[in-house]
This record gives sequence, structure tokens and C-alpha cells, in this order.
Amino acid sequence: MPDPMTPLAVTAYTATSAIGHGLAAQFDALQAARSGLRPNDFSSAPLDCWIGRVAGVEDAPLPADLSVWECRNNRLAWLGLNQDGFLDRVRAARGRYGAHRIALMLGTSTASIGETEAAYRRLDANGGFPADMRRPAIHAPHSLAAFVTAALELEGPCLTISTACSSSAKVFANAERLIRLGLVDAAVVGGVDTLCDSVLFGFNALELVSPQPCRPFDAARNGISIGEAAGFALLQRVDAAPTAPRLLGYGEASDAHHMSTPHPDGLGAELALRDTLARAGIDADRVDYINLHGTASQKNDEVEAALVSRAFPARTRGSSTKGFTGHTLGAAGIIEATIALQAIEHGLIPGNLGGATPDAGCGPQFAWTNEQQRVDVALSNSFGFGGNNACLAFARAEFAA
Amino acid sequence: MSPLRIHVEGIGLWSKQLGNFAALQALLGGNAPEPPSPKPVATTLPPNERRRAPESVLLAAEVAGQAVAMSGHTADSLTCVFSSSHGDQAITDYMCATLASAPKELSPIRFHNSVHNAPAGYWTIATGCHEPSTAVCAQRMSFGAGLLEAISHALADRCPVLLVCSDIAGVFPLVEETGCTHSFGCALVLTPDLSESTLASLDVTLAPIQGLADDALPEPLAGWRAANASAEALPLLAVLARGHGHCELKAAASLGLRIELRAAASRQDHAPSRTAEQVA
Repeated sequence: MPDPMTPLAVTAYTATSAIGHGLAAQFDALQAARSGLRPNDFSSAPLDCWIGRVAGVEDAPLPADLSVWECRNNRLAWLGLNQDGFLDRVRAARGRYGAHRIALMLGTSTASIGETEAAYRRLDANGGFPADMRRPAIHAPHSLAAFVTAALELEGPCLTISTACSSSAKVFANAERLIRLGLVDAAVVGGVDTLCDSVLFGFNALELVSPQPCRPFDAARNGISIGEAAGFALLQRVDAAPTAPRLLGYGEASDAHHMSTPHPDGLGAELALRDTLARAGIDADRVDYINLHGTASQKNDEVEAALVSRAFPARTRGSSTKGFTGHTLGAAGIIEATIALQAIEHGLIPGNLGGATPDAGCGPQFAWTNEQQRVDVALSNSFGFGGNNACLAFARAEFAA
Repeated sequence: MSPLRIHVEGIGLWSKQLGNFAALQALLGGNAPEPPSPKPVATTLPPNERRRAPESVLLAAEVAGQAVAMSGHTADSLTCVFSSSHGDQAITDYMCATLASAPKELSPIRFHNSVHNAPAGYWTIATGCHEPSTAVCAQRMSFGAGLLEAISHALADRCPVLLVCSDIAGVFPLVEETGCTHSFGCALVLTPDLSESTLASLDVTLAPIQGLADDALPEPLAGWRAANASAEALPLLAVLARGHGHCELKAAASLGLRIELRAAASRQDHAPSRTAEQVA
């Protein structure tokens, strides 16, 4: 097990998803138990399901000087960057440390694949891309990070992490290592994924998409609702912001079991959790809230509920917020990290929206409706295809392990 | 800042022209190595997985298997970083073409094989590896950025790390955009500490860089690099093959990695497969 790590300050963060643009809108929806899901009106062919679509992306073109990066995913990234004063916070960090001393670590599962899909719908007479779609930088999985590094004018390490649905949780680990080694002084982390045919019809082919709004941890759950989102956080050493909430720990592990089904005993998920607690220097009984991966797929929720039951005392509160946002895939890690941070800031345990009839495997830890209580330590679980597991731990500034 | 010191214990390489690292050494020594079989064998994967695994997975598993065998580590003990500029371009082509014509007929297997971390998934499943695994990319800088991620993981957590960087050749029409016309993959086993198995020790310095890296390569290496983003690793692989020298790679648009091969460790190497005499 790793040694406890030196916590980092989360000096700014922001989230944009189907429940709104920015943190205030997100908190308002959580407090009101208001879902952002709606019937699918996105895919290029009909598909009977519900989606978490971000309002206004179509009406928010990129600024002229960034227009070479135009696509839905980068638009959503830009919309997200413009919330909660995040751009100003990055600008201030750039002024303080220099552009080459700030890393950019972003998660995405499909980046701007939607543009590549569109090009294939409009192939020319020779079977090639139409002239206006000849955009190599967009037809690449690094498109998001390349755009954001240009938009933020950063010159440090820049990496796309693409491990499916754990992508934008793992970015915190990448950033922490670079800061610990002194290679950078700060890091912008986050993730963006947008709705596209690949994921809607792909998860449909795997029979993992529900025709109804998703019902995480419900006994009658029957699949996920896919969403889109953009979220970002700025990490710095604690001395730069002693009163900011902290990244207390993180953990990563592999299931070594199956490409699209979790390990039946939650082996990788538990290893990631143990790794997180060790880095955070705490026992499970210090955890007040866990934002669960809780996708509403049969298997994930069964395995994760069992892990919660065996690893945490009854007082620890747990819930999935996929019923609010949908499963935002490569953006889920960062969006749910911001919900964990808001739980600490506001003392709100968001209820597990959509779980009207709790699965028998769920223990007393589940918060089925909103609860108000002080939260010092909050975790967030993120699990991806390929058996890729990540867990994050956050704490308020005054928390002492 | 003092350089990052990292040690290399295993090297894997595969392209249509070079079947392993020894073939690169032979080429640079003025010989003409035998080309490998047309498809990577990827013996680390169980036979049934080998039959159904997509080409990107075979390529990554081939070079990973070579590097791990050379290192003497067990695969399940290695944190792994899989980098690729474009992932599996053949599957992307299949997905986009199917979505444009008959979206509801999309293959579920091809969909789950389309994730960027498919090689990491297959590899950890085949080797029973529960260590952290990741899948990353950074366009033309996918090798340099992946190398920086692998080094930072090895040094921060004091653990051995397997780095794989590979891209298969693209298909029309997508290949017009990716410019990736040849398959190329390579792998390194990197460790934080010098050991009996160390093949070479590298000092790596991060420095701002404008424009292209200073990394001229002789033909045919320069042409191979132009035809595949993962072959941006060739300047470092050539330094490792020659056993001396330095190179510069890009880790980001404005960030370079200056890499100096330090004198090989003083040790006796009895493992013939390791080709340490050739390296040193």
C-alpha cells in the first residue's frame, strides 16, 4: 500500500451538465432533486432512450480566434471553462507560475468523434471526407486537450487520458504525480464528453441502455442513460490556498477480468478504494459521503453495492447522481468529483435519484433522498470498460487525517 | 532542476520491417534484418483472445510482451501506460461507416473494442495484472507525453512501469486525416532504481521548446517516423540501440524532453536474450 500523500488544494472547480451550466445550477438541481434527463432528441437515427443533454451548446460557437477547433465537444469544453470564473483562476495561476509550469490533464472517452461520424455521413463521390471536414486535429482523440491547451495558453505537460468511464477521475492522479515530483506547480484537470452516435448506439448494442430514465441501485433498474458534460478543476500546493478544499487521496487498479463487465467481486474497485484510503491516510470509517459510480447497469450496481456494504460503516452515506446527469462517460469522474466537493462545501448529501425501490443488495449507507449533514471527507468512484477503476478522496481544509 | 533519472530494463519493437529491438540494432549496425511475419504474434495473449483481438491490441501486446520478457519482470507486477495517437483506426472506420448506414446493426464487440484503453484492458486481463493501467494520447507527441507519464509514475510511486506506444496503419478515408500509413509499436520497461537487469540509464530533462525537436534521423527511420506518430519514439530507440548519445522528443506542443543515455551500468549480463553487449 502507498504511503499517505501530501494533500493538494483544489483552488477552483466547475461543472456543466444536463442539470445546468456552472456550480450554482448544479447545486440547485441537486437540492431540488431535479433530473436533467429528457427523451432522446439527439441521435442521427431514432433510439428509444433518455439522455442528459446540455442546453445551449448549439448556440455557443467558439470565439473567432479558436474557431479552427469547432466541434460539439470543444464547444462544450469552452462553455464549461467559462463558468464559475474558472478562466480567470487559470489566468492568475499562469501569471504566478508561468505557462510552462502548469500541466493540463484531461479525460475523454470519445473526444470529437461526433465530427468524424458526421464526415462519414457525407462522404464525397470518391468515398473521401468532404472538403470542410478535412480537419486532422479534430479527427483525433487528443482534440479536446489540444483545444483546451490553446484556449488556456498553457505550455506545460499536456495529456489526454482515455480509459473510458474512469478517464476524468484518473487525471487527478496524473496531476498529483507531476506536482509531487516538482515538474509543475499547478495542474488543470478535468474532462469533457459529448453525446454522439458511437456511444448511444454502442451501449445500445451491448443492451446497456434503458428505455426509461436510469434508476441507479433500483431493484428494477434496466440500464444507463447517457449524458454529456464538461468539468474542470485547478490543483495547486496547499500553501498557495490554505483554506481551499483538498484532494486527500486517489487510487487506481485494474480488474483483469473482462472488457465490458466488472469483476464479480469488485476486486479492482476495492483495490482502488484501499489505495485511496492509504494515500489519504484514513480508515473507511472517516468517510462521510461516497459519490458512487452507480450507472444503473445490472452488474455495476450489484458489485458496487456489495463493496459499499462490506467496506463502510452504516453512518457513511452513499448515492449515485447518474439519475441527475445521466452517465457522462469520460466526464463522469470530474462531474462527480465536483458533486463530492459541493457535498463538503454545502453539507448536502444528494439523494440517489431514480432509486424508488432499493435493490436488496443495498445497505444502510444509501441516501435515497437528500440529507443535510456536515461532510468532512467525500469519495468518488469511477469505473470504466477494460476493468479500469479509480477512486478519489476530497476533504475540507480543516480536516486532519 | 536536476534531470529525472530512469532505468530501462526491457525494450520491445514491431513494424512490418522490424520484428524486435535486435532487428533495429542490426539495421543500425549496417545489416539487413529479416522482416517479421506480416501480423504481430502477441504470444502473451491466450490463443482464443489472439484470434479475436483487434489489430491494435495484437500490436500493443506484441511489443509489451517483448519488453516484459527482456526485463525479467512478471507482467502482473507492472503498472502500465498504453499510448496511441489514434487508437484502433480500423474500428473507428467500421464504427463511423456503420453508424452512417445502419446504426442499430453496430457490433457490441467492436464497440467495446473501440475504447482507447482496449489494449490496456486485454493486456491486464491476459496477464492477471491488477496494477494501475492507463491509456493516453497526445497526437504526434503521444510517445513523448506517454513517456513523461510513465516516468512520473515510476519515480513518484517507486514502481516499475511498462510503457507501450503503438499505432496501426489507417484505412481510407480516415487515413487521409491521420496520415498514419504504416504500423509501428514499441515498449519500454522503466524502473526507478538501477538493478542487475538495467540495460541503460537515462537522464531526462524537461525544457520549453519551440518548433520541431532537434532529432534528425537517417533513412529509413525518418520515413517510418513520418508515417506513424508512435514512431516518434525512434530517436530514443536509436540511442538505446547504439548504446550512447542523446535525443530530444516533444512531450507537448511547447515542451521538450532532452534525453541523455548515461554510461551503461557496470554489471555482468549473462542473459543472451537481453543483448546487453550490443546495447553497450
